[in-house]
Amino acid sequence: MENLIALLVGVPLLGAAVLLCGGRRLDRTGHWLGTLLAAVSFFIGLALFADMLGKSADDRAMHQRLFTWIPVEGFQADIAFQLDQLSMTFVLLISGVGTLIHVYSIGYMEHDERRRRFFGYLNLFVAAMLLLVLADNYLLLYFGWEGVGLASYLLIGFWQHKPSAATAAKKAFLVNRVGDMGLSIAIMIMFTTFGTFAFGPVLASTGEASQGTLTAIGLMLLLAACGKSAQVPLQSWLGDAMEGPTPVSALIHAATMVTAGVYLIVRSADIFNAAPDAQLVVTVVGAVTLLFGAIVGCAKDDIKKALAGSTMSQIGYMILAAGLGPIGYVFAIMHLVTHGFFKAGLFLGAGSVMHGMNDEVDMRKYGGLRKYMPVTFVTFGLGYLAIIGFPGLSGFFSKDKIIEAAFAKGGTEGWILGSVTLLGAAITAYYMTRVMLMTFFGEKRWQNDENGEPPHPHESPRSMTIPMILLAVGSVAAGAYFEFAGFVEWLEPVTGYAHGHPPISAAAVTAATVAVMVIGVGLAYLQYGRRPVPVVAPRGSLLTRAARRDLLQDDFNHAVFVTGGTHVTRSLVYVDHTLVDGVVNGTAAAVGGLSGRLRKLQNGYARTYAVSMFGGTAVLIAATLLMRAV
Amino acid sequence: MNPVNYLYLAALLFTIGAAGVLIRRNAIVVFMCVELMLNACNLAFVTFSRMHGNLDGQIIAFFTMVVAAAEVVVGLAIIVSVFRARHSASVDDASLMKL
Repeated sequence: MENLIALLVGVPLLGAAVLLCGGRRLDRTGHWLGTLLAAVSFFIGLALFADMLGKSADDRAMHQRLFTWIPVEGFQADIAFQLDQLSMTFVLLISGVGTLIHVYSIGYMEHDERRRRFFGYLNLFVAAMLLLVLADNYLLLYFGWEGVGLASYLLIGFWQHKPSAATAAKKAFLVNRVGDMGLSIAIMIMFTTFGTFAFGPVLASTGEASQGTLTAIGLMLLLAACGKSAQVPLQSWLGDAMEGPTPVSALIHAATMVTAGVYLIVRSADIFNAAPDAQLVVTVVGAVTLLFGAIVGCAKDDIKKALAGSTMSQIGYMILAAGLGPIGYVFAIMHLVTHGFFKAGLFLGAGSVMHGMNDEVDMRKYGGLRKYMPVTFVTFGLGYLAIIGFPGLSGFFSKDKIIEAAFAKGGTEGWILGSVTLLGAAITAYYMTRVMLMTFFGEKRWQNDENGEPPHPHESPRSMTIPMILLAVGSVAAGAYFEFAGFVEWLEPVTGYAHGHPPISAAAVTAATVAVMVIGVGLAYLQYGRRPVPVVAPRGSLLTRAARRDLLQDDFNHAVFVTGGTHVTRSLVYVDHTLVDGVVNGTAAAVGGLSGRLRKLQNGYARTYAVSMFGGTAVLIAATLLMRAV
Repeated sequence: MNPVNYLYLAALLFTIGAAGVLIRRNAIVVFMCVELMLNACNLAFVTFSRMHGNLDGQIIAFFTMVVAAAEVVVGLAIIVSVFRARHSASVDDASLMKL
């Protein structure tokens, strides 16, 4: 069975190669080929999963070594894969949700003449992400990591004729580069400290390294995770990434890309366990992002950007849980999987709504759509109930566990983190209810498109609704399934697990979670359900206006990095012009001035030259005589 | 007669010649002063030849005469052509090699 692991990556990679190199002759069949290959990858994953379940818990990790990538004395980089329970979870999520998004894209991209290329990129994305989670060393992981960055760049900027999409793609790529820098530095520190970067040896020998080194590695890994997972301070690319086609957003937010950061931290659990300072920073980053994303999500009128804020916030939950240590790793991954289901469902639902509304994204111009799009309404609604943590649905189980683990951190930290997660849950309920009410309820606020055509909302074709239905089923059932099928026991051999003991009882935490959810929903209902929604957004409070501008993240980046960078380069140019050029030009001017003075000696009179000749001769003779005398 | 006296005479002639080169403006006079200096040298060479009792100095005096004859030919030709071009035989007028 081990030999099948490489195929998981190889099949979609082959698809990408065929679709991108195959040319126009594949235009009519390319999307089917891409979808088929993604599905093949998923079924290989299922086969491996079945095989894995048949083994005992400690014996489940599989390895496959293909060849040596960089054979240098003392620096051995292998193309080798490792499939353990953690990787398996990711493989099923990536290939499963990825395949559904492929199916959805068949309908969604039907009228796009570059559809074949789109499917090639999708396959590349899935392949890179699978490589990332299957690598058995950090260098190969880095390869997949960069592949994900490349694929996201290509897909976000897929509609490159729009300047905004091209800019968004560049922005995503550049911000990600900052994080990639962190990962490469972390790998370099690992290599100098441990002499290797394979997972097994590095994670097993964390005891040999000093606390400072481990903290440095941890913080650099966190920086990497911040870039890919859109955490503060590298979060600014996520909102703009909505410029890509909606299936891309679903893929980035649910199955690939943003989950990579969480994977990296959980995979490096042993390093973080040994570096409590780095762990603390991880929880702080998670907590800040979780509130940041939630607040941004409340203010956005663009349905996709509201969902993007929500993703940021939910990933914040996962990062926070991953920072809690062994009490949180399992729940970070559990929330990641459930989030993968409902967020993909929500994005596909949003895409379906846009599909029926002339690609309008402003929720203030929706309203009353539930009668026109019943399937979208029901699937989106189930995803909505899942994300706000409605009891019994998947978000409830995973988020509740994270809140419980946050309280179980203990001490003041525990109370602070717990309260933040609870507050986040309330805001989540608020903004998701807002999205729901503005889109599907209330009166129609539809606007004609630029050609004067009124929108004709209609249910999307079956290729789009079937993936949405399957994802909705996952959103409903995944949490309960994980809860009762023993997800904790499944992951425990890889990530370790310690049962947290919150200072208040688990039942009380659950009750509080449900209570804040009800409060959030209620507030949103009072504001957007009871009262009509204005088509033009009101000016809003200072916070609202800031949140509409993504809490000034771009302004901050512009002020600090763009303006700051400009000033730095300007001052360097100034130093270059004054100091460096000054020395050079000064030397030239001094020589020039001196020669100008000396030139005056050349007056053209023969007698002057004769005097100097006589004088020189006299001096020479005098010197000779003097030397004789001495 | 003491041959050193000839050396004194040679030094005197050389000094007169050098002073003439430095002081006089007329190219012909300057030229004649140069000849005076050359002949002062010749005198000194011949004197040294006599004092040392060999012929080296006399041979060099012949060389000097040949060089001086060639120099007179070239020098006078230059002076004449400068005079024709500029209607002046003053060396100060020919101070064109300056900026």
